[in-house]
Amino acid sequence: MTTTTETSPEAPGRPTPGSAPPAISVAHVSKAFRLPHQRYHTLKERALHPLRSSSYDLLQAVDDVTVEITRGEFFGIVGRNGSGKSTLLKCLAGIYRIDEGELTIYGRLSPFIELGVGFNMDLTARDNVLINAIMLGLSRKQARERFDAIIAFAELEGFLDLKLKNYSSGMLVRLAFSVAIQVDAEILLIDEVLAVGDASFQQKCFDEFERLKASGRTIVFVTHDMSAVERFCDRAMLIEHGKMLEIGEPGHVARRYREINFGRLVHEPAEPGRPDGGVTASAAQIVGAWFESADGARIRAAAHGEPVVACLEVEFREALENPVFGFTLRNDVGATVFATSTAFSELRTGRFSAGETAVIRMTFENWLTASHYSLTPSVARAEAGGEVLDVQKDLAELTVHGWHFTGAVTNLPHAFEVSAQ
Amino acid sequence: MTTQAVGRQYGPAAIEDDARRFLSLTLTLATTDFKLRYFGSALGYLWSLMRPLMLFGVLYVVFTQVFSLGKGVPHYPVYLLTGIILWTFFVETTSNNVQSLVVREGLLRKMRFPRLVIPLSVALVALFNLGMNMIAVVVFALANGVYPHWSWLEMPVLIVLLGFLAVGVGMLLSALYVRYRDIQPIWDVVSQALFYASPVIYTAFQYKTLKHVAMFNPIGAILTQMHYSWVGGGTIVRDGHAYPYVVHDAATTAGGAVFLLVPLAIILGLFCLGLWFFTREAPRIAENL
Repeated sequence: MTTTTETSPEAPGRPTPGSAPPAISVAHVSKAFRLPHQRYHTLKERALHPLRSSSYDLLQAVDDVTVEITRGEFFGIVGRNGSGKSTLLKCLAGIYRIDEGELTIYGRLSPFIELGVGFNMDLTARDNVLINAIMLGLSRKQARERFDAIIAFAELEGFLDLKLKNYSSGMLVRLAFSVAIQVDAEILLIDEVLAVGDASFQQKCFDEFERLKASGRTIVFVTHDMSAVERFCDRAMLIEHGKMLEIGEPGHVARRYREINFGRLVHEPAEPGRPDGGVTASAAQIVGAWFESADGARIRAAAHGEPVVACLEVEFREALENPVFGFTLRNDVGATVFATSTAFSELRTGRFSAGETAVIRMTFENWLTASHYSLTPSVARAEAGGEVLDVQKDLAELTVHGWHFTGAVTNLPHAFEVSAQ
Repeated sequence: MTTQAVGRQYGPAAIEDDARRFLSLTLTLATTDFKLRYFGSALGYLWSLMRPLMLFGVLYVVFTQVFSLGKGVPHYPVYLLTGIILWTFFVETTSNNVQSLVVREGLLRKMRFPRLVIPLSVALVALFNLGMNMIAVVVFALANGVYPHWSWLEMPVLIVLLGFLAVGVGMLLSALYVRYRDIQPIWDVVSQALFYASPVIYTAFQYKTLKHVAMFNPIGAILTQMHYSWVGGGTIVRDGHAYPYVVHDAATTAGGAVFLLVPLAIILGLFCLGLWFFTREAPRIAENL
């Protein structure tokens, strides 16, 4: 099978392959594992069955993958468990030797693919930071010089002499991440880094990645967390059974992933944010939802404090009078942070006839804290407690950036006044 | 910007071109292991010195008072203790190496580094222990009436030779174990047999007419030469009389220096075999684990 690359619709402002020097060039790379039918772990078995040993299954973990990753790009590799994404990353990292194809790495590559490699739970954080830094490629002297910076970033000054086994998993990740970003590598390979840690830590990681990216580093990131891909990546590729299925804009790749993962019919959605079907024909159907900035541009991310417009497109199958449109925003842990509907404002939405479509825009001041939010729109009949005609859970997604991590849900505009009496 | 690696051969290897990283990784893994051994005990590092001294006390009583294996051997306690600590170094390097790659699976699967670092760091830990033990033996030797002599300078050379042998076997065993899990019990038995077959608790002269053959065993030759470099020749004062004695070196025991080419060839051969096999297996160790 020949795989074509760079067929993706490129979002504006993203690095296009070919326009920048490459960081990693992968050409027709394949990697297979031999899975013997009978595992020969002992010499006796081997001696008794010398002929049978030739029979094995070939598991094609990576199958003819071709991709070029540009310098300064944040590139995501996504796929289900066992799809070959981690194997591909290990091939890039030089942990596995590839069977076929050409692999070219331009620049210094980080030697590890997971945070906290070589951490020893019986040693203190102090020892582990130095050991880990040396393992990741720093010299003894560099490790000592950067020690304070590492601990400061992890915010673990008070826990230096605590053994790692007494650390919480969040503290461990913070420590591991702080060491990892000290590594002098031009290309970072990371397997599932953001799967752990709370939203504010993820945001901190993301900010740090942005800083690394700004200094020309390339980041290749493997995950099955689609929201992370959509939030962080410039481009992504989808792997299934070792083959590259999709490459391009992260939102597009994430939708393909969801289609495959949830066993839905594989069809190309006409619009971003289009529902995936499965709704019984009713009087009104939601055909799309998205976010816009105040000037009408479609956005997936917004800065804290800027006005944001949540948009909903509905197609009517029957004539309806004053239907009620609802908007629910939930954050990354699934808590509803904001819910409203046209009924609350006693808004007369008007009369719609069958076959008509309407776009409903709801503008709100974005006082949400930095996190990842999803929009669940709904349409209902006008009467009180009216029949819900269509609900599409988490149809559109929005990432809010901000610089303050309060752990709260909102960050309302406020002012302080201190007066001595 | 430099191109780091191109093409199909890109992948893990036994030795990579960054010597500084190779050394610092080996050293870091070894010191961490050494640190962990006595971590949490009240006496800490003092144990690494106390343990051999106490062990020697036991061995001394057992082998000189209970079994009189050392009858007629000048400075037998020194011979015995040297033999024990060198054997310990050999068996620690080889036995700990059997599972070394499997134990470090997490590192091998998550990080790219020269694979040879692992067997070498195991050997280095054994070498640290040997250094500690050696201090204890020197204390024992001086107490036993052995005085410092120029021939002591031979000892580091002999230890290096033993190191080559141990690392060679270690590389072979660690790489073999990834494929065949029965290397573990096999090596347990083989190393026990080798212990009793080698002149560790007795001297090469107890082989009597076969003592030339005993020198073909590299461990036998090294221990015999070790004994010579400790005490050489001299006199022992007993009951007010001075008794002269002679300790033969390995060449004399073997019946000519030329025969020592056999143990040397075995050391070199096993080292090269181990290195060749390990290098051949290195690119696929991570996936075969």
